[in-house]
Amino acid sequence: MNIPEGLLYTDEHEWIRVEGNTGYIGITDYAQHHLGDIVFVELPELDASVAKGEPVGVIESVKAVANLYSPADGTIISVNEELEDSPELLNLEPYENWIATIEISDPGQLQELMSPAAYSEFCSGLED
Amino acid sequence: MSLQSTPLYPLHLKYKGKIIDFGGWELPVQYEGMGIIKEHLMVREKAGLFDVSHMGEVLITGENSQNFVQKLVCNDVSAMQDYHVLYSPMCYPHGGVIDDLLIYRYDPAKYLLVVNAANVDKDYAWIVENLIPGVKAENVSSQYAQLALQGPLAEIILQTLTDTDLSQIKFFHFNPAVKVAGVECIVSRTGYTGEDGFEIYVDPEQAATVWEAILKAGGERVSPIGLGARDSLRFEAKLPLYGQEIDKDITPLEAGLGYFVKLDASDFIGRDALLQQKEKGLKRKLVEFEMVGKGIPRSHYEVQKDGIAIGHVTSGLHSPTFKKPIGLALIDSKFSAPGTEIDIIIREKPIRAVVGQGIFYRKRTKSK
Repeated sequence: MNIPEGLLYTDEHEWIRVEGNTGYIGITDYAQHHLGDIVFVELPELDASVAKGEPVGVIESVKAVANLYSPADGTIISVNEELEDSPELLNLEPYENWIATIEISDPGQLQELMSPAAYSEFCSGLED
Repeated sequence: MSLQSTPLYPLHLKYKGKIIDFGGWELPVQYEGMGIIKEHLMVREKAGLFDVSHMGEVLITGENSQNFVQKLVCNDVSAMQDYHVLYSPMCYPHGGVIDDLLIYRYDPAKYLLVVNAANVDKDYAWIVENLIPGVKAENVSSQYAQLALQGPLAEIILQTLTDTDLSQIKFFHFNPAVKVAGVECIVSRTGYTGEDGFEIYVDPEQAATVWEAILKAGGERVSPIGLGARDSLRFEAKLPLYGQEIDKDITPLEAGLGYFVKLDASDFIGRDALLQQKEKGLKRKLVEFEMVGKGIPRSHYEVQKDGIAIGHVTSGLHSPTFKKPIGLALIDSKFSAPGTEIDIIIREKPIRAVVGQGIFYRKRTKSK
């Protein structure tokens, strides 16, 4: 399971890379592996105000439908439209393909997210 | 309830199957390193091996067997010859479907019925309840493991493991004594994928031997296939799934299975209701559709026309072969004409779709 350094993680298997006030949001290797072949991405709505933990988009694999939850409060400032035509990029390179960027309104919330080490431990606790 | 596993369970672990609880059975949904789309395309292009040992088998014997089987099912059992296989719905008196099944005729006094795993107990109870004198019914499910080898290369691969000339087993026929890798099996040219191929019934103790021999003989030309691709393959070929296209509240006529309902040939349970439904005209029909807007239709999503509910999606998927979302829906017959625009309600939003005809996979089974 690939869990890169430099990112923060949620217990819903999103990652966020923070650059200044901007957060790049995607799904983790664990998420793409468990979903299987991803065939559809419903991107978040541009300019939408979102709250931490709120469903902002949908990822669908052949068999499953999963929500994408925002890791923080803020405003959606861009979405990766390439995923509409090539959703399988999330399977191939989950950390290279962000789904949306968010202007983070409360940076203090980021402290509640997991470090790579904590997320790694979280995932190993889920293995059955 | 504890989970049941098939005799091939250790091999699913060996080949890194992702095991799920499928109606009380521990079975692989897909295999590591493959996944549903790759497995699906493997069966369309080469060959795939499925463990379908969870399917149920009921043996019907006795002098009155033919009359009895005919009483149970909608299709014409009297037209069968020995070693023929017949597909048929089995209905309640009101015309709703109890199950769909394959009927293997050994002779007019011996039939093997192959039924859906989730319905075995219900079916067997129904069969016993309706028994007539001179017939015996036995649930023999535990005596058979079942493998399916499907795909354009299925015959070539299986032929390397047997002296029986498989070309002599025609579509929907079977041979009750084929030695596959030295193991005696029942082999029929049947399947649930829309491809040519075989279903192989074998003593559970010998199932692993046959499974491994097929994978070895096929090499790069065959892969184990999980339940995920089994569903996507049957769906693309428009083969019905119990609980979705057919159910206790859906008649075979509504589900587009009229070809398998022989109202004139014989009497059977449910005939009067189906005859009446046919005479009055169908109020709802199963239709094919494809998406116009963005979204993937899923089972049970509501279908609307101009904001009014007209039915529901029975099955829908992003088709691995056509690389686009398609679906089947049971809707008000008024809107069933090809070209009719309908809306699929996906996450509370209407997404445009259009009724089609002939948009599903053209089966490549060998009908001659």
